Amino acid sequence: MIRVKMIYFAQVREAAGTKGEEFSLDKQSTVKTALSKAFEEHPKLRPLEKAIKVALNEEIAQEDAPLQEGDRVALLPPVVGG
Amino acid sequence: MDQDAGGIVLFVGTIRNQTNGRKVKGLEYEVYRRMAERQIAKLEKEIRKRWPIKSIRLVHREGKLKVGEVSVVVAVSAVHREEAFEAARYAIDRVKESFPIWKRERLRRGRYAWVKGTPIQSYPASDQSISESQTNPREIVRSRTRSLVEA
Repeated sequence: MIRVKMIYFAQVREAAGTKGEEFSLDKQSTVKTALSKAFEEHPKLRPLEKAIKVALNEEIAQEDAPLQEGDRVALLPPVVGG
Repeated sequence: MDQDAGGIVLFVGTIRNQTNGRKVKGLEYEVYRRMAERQIAKLEKEIRKRWPIKSIRLVHREGKLKVGEVSVVVAVSAVHREEAFEAARYAIDRVKESFPIWKRERLRRGRYAWVKGTPIQSYPASDQSISESQTNPREIVRSRTRSLVEA
């Protein structure tokens, strides 16, 4: 098993009811594995599913990116700076 | 101050009092700071490559801001104004679409509404173009206090 740190922002944070949490996942897990678990644990996130992008250790990542122990997986709803 | 610069372009973003006719009392910014700081460093580096500018600095604030307060500053100095204007324009556009920043409006009666955003654009498009080791991350905001951070 590996442990990864999930980080939630803005509407995702509100829907999940937390700023973040730790997930224990199988060794062969990918970003998609972590995402699926987040949607399972927090059904309120599901309406946001299509809008969410993922940053793996602060870089935008695709769903098939493999995860390692200690990775940071951030769920990013649509952004607007300035 | 670069003595060989012929000018400085300064973009200062401020909080306005309405959107679509709806009264807004202020904005609250949320920032994925660790990611945003890396992106600011990369953006500054990319701009230095693309335009012959002298200096560039980007500052974005976090937390609660009132109407009229400054939320973002882009400052570019260059020998000539054309590249300074172009680089500053490019920088603020990237900040709007490629940075992990969210904001919600503070409305009347204590209500809040998230400002509609767009899916974050991968920045830079190809990571290999900018070497991580050469970046010099700078803080966007050092605290949640109201003070504007300087370089």
